[in-house]
Amino acid sequence: MGKKLLTEHINVPGIQGYEVYRKMGGYASVEKAIKSMKPEDVVEEVKKSGLRGRGGAGFPTGMKWSFLAKPEGVPRYLVCNADESEPGTFKDRYLMSRLPHLLIEGMITSSFALGANTSYIYVRGEYYYIIAILEKAIAEAYAAGWLGKNILGSGYDLDLYVQPGGGAYICGEETALLESLEGKRGNPRIKPPFPAIAGLYGCPTVVNNVETIAAVVPIVNQGGDAYAAVGIGKSTGTKLISASGHINKPGIYEIEMGITVEDFIYSDEYCGGILNGKKLKAVIAGGSSVPILPTDLILKTAAGEPRIMSYEGLADGGFAAGTMLGSGGFIVMDESVSIPKNLWNLIRFYHHESCGQCSPCREGTGWMEKILHKIVDGHGTLKDIDLLWELQAKIEGNTICPLGDAAAWPVASAIRHFRTEFEEYVKHGDKIKDVKYYFHTHNMDPAAAYSSL
Amino acid sequence: MSNTEITFNAEAMATVQTIIARYPEGKHKSAMLPILHVAQAEFDGWLSSEVMDYVASILNIKPIEVYEVASFYTMFNLKPVGKCLLEVCRTSSCWIRGAEDVVKHIEKRLGITEGETSADGMFTLKTVECLGSCGTAPMLMCGSQFHENLTLEKVDTLLDNLKKENKRKTYFDDVVIDGY
Repeated sequence: MGKKLLTEHINVPGIQGYEVYRKMGGYASVEKAIKSMKPEDVVEEVKKSGLRGRGGAGFPTGMKWSFLAKPEGVPRYLVCNADESEPGTFKDRYLMSRLPHLLIEGMITSSFALGANTSYIYVRGEYYYIIAILEKAIAEAYAAGWLGKNILGSGYDLDLYVQPGGGAYICGEETALLESLEGKRGNPRIKPPFPAIAGLYGCPTVVNNVETIAAVVPIVNQGGDAYAAVGIGKSTGTKLISASGHINKPGIYEIEMGITVEDFIYSDEYCGGILNGKKLKAVIAGGSSVPILPTDLILKTAAGEPRIMSYEGLADGGFAAGTMLGSGGFIVMDESVSIPKNLWNLIRFYHHESCGQCSPCREGTGWMEKILHKIVDGHGTLKDIDLLWELQAKIEGNTICPLGDAAAWPVASAIRHFRTEFEEYVKHGDKIKDVKYYFHTHNMDPAAAYSSL
Repeated sequence: MSNTEITFNAEAMATVQTIIARYPEGKHKSAMLPILHVAQAEFDGWLSSEVMDYVASILNIKPIEVYEVASFYTMFNLKPVGKCLLEVCRTSSCWIRGAEDVVKHIEKRLGITEGETSADGMFTLKTVECLGSCGTAPMLMCGSQFHENLTLEKVDTLLDNLKKENKRKTYFDDVVIDGY
């Protein structure tokens, strides 16, 4: 059994409520930070812990915090990114619904460290029931004196609010989230300036993922060094992995970074092997945006070493032979999955979710979706595969925010590792009928859709 | 703004005032999304231009500022919907675990295609992108309730129950947590 730093008490009956959470040692990090530490000491512990952003990018949290500008007389904000919507990712939902007070405790300790007196948790709108859970927990925290004016008699004030989103993947991008929180369309901002300088309402702002904020609690309680002792190399601590797809035991697993991918997929402690005894075909290891890897490369690196579940382990081999830990959305596919059809499904997602600001993303995701239709509907040519490759290369790196990259990488990796499967579709296209359904449901004429390419 | 019937009741208005108070002075436009959610729940599950104009008047902003936001976010319905909006996840893990079959089954059973409302005004079918229920796929959301680990039989039972209940579902309903 690996070490559990976040979810140790998640199955304790009543842990959703304040009384039980407090009895199990809850809010100790707030007490410790406010009574015995200066804000900069807390930042220092987070730096020492080596904690990296758990939303997907993996940027060192302590460094992000230290960039926060502190001009005199200007409010600073902490905003929690709970807009979890990367396909394959459902860990924040699990954490917030089962341990709402852990997030609130992390928000208070982190807000204290950053000198924020007003903080927001931006939750995707589809998680409205979780908003209710969080608001109940926040009310309990106010009643117990952990929020509000003069917390623990220290003179430190903090108000914490929950903000619902409206159903837009792009709002998981931090500047789009801030736009949305300001009551606007979720169009990402051009950086710089970064939110640490000009974020919410133009004020210095830190945006952190739910799991990142939650990890601040054990870091402050046990010290940054103790946290850094868990895990492997620069991948310190634990990571919540959302496991889904064709496995026997889908769910959330808190893993100590450093276990092997093979162990994670096949051992009974985690995914418990492939559903119905079928063969593993491919894995998307870190949410839909990261490169897909075939069985041989997900289980072993290009050098033949067992692949490790960590930031570095999953990235081993670069994009030619590796992938990314990303958000930890681990999607397992058995031999029955068609890679071109799966890719079409994902690119339809990115096309739908593109905010439309940048032409390469707005147009490119649509073109890729149409070409993929054409291929999986049995009307593709070999040239279409090359065209897809060319398109993704022209989107990557040419957009304001990383949604363009996120749409390009699945295409590049699917063609890189499964090109023959795309070619099969092209060669035997006339036998493929089932995606006609898509045109039917979208009231589209396939011929018209193709001719507009 | 000619339609005088569009006014929040006292309870909804109190909620709206609480929401506006969450933001610094002069930043009340931040209340837009939460208020649009309240408005949608209060006014039959969708945002007519009259409702959006009303929200603009409460926030003291131009109506276009509300339209451009409401049209950006998929949770806001700009056309009338049935009492029960069935939002079926169609992405990734749900897709590989049978979301298309769920959609086809509902279409057949209700005699509608995606985006349409059943003749009795009870159901509207919508496919949506990943709802964070990948480990309990396939799933659909109705109001705030997630219905997870769906089978076609479970879908049938759900539709029967919703029809029997005959109530408008909103994102503010209490939920029974079965998944996460």
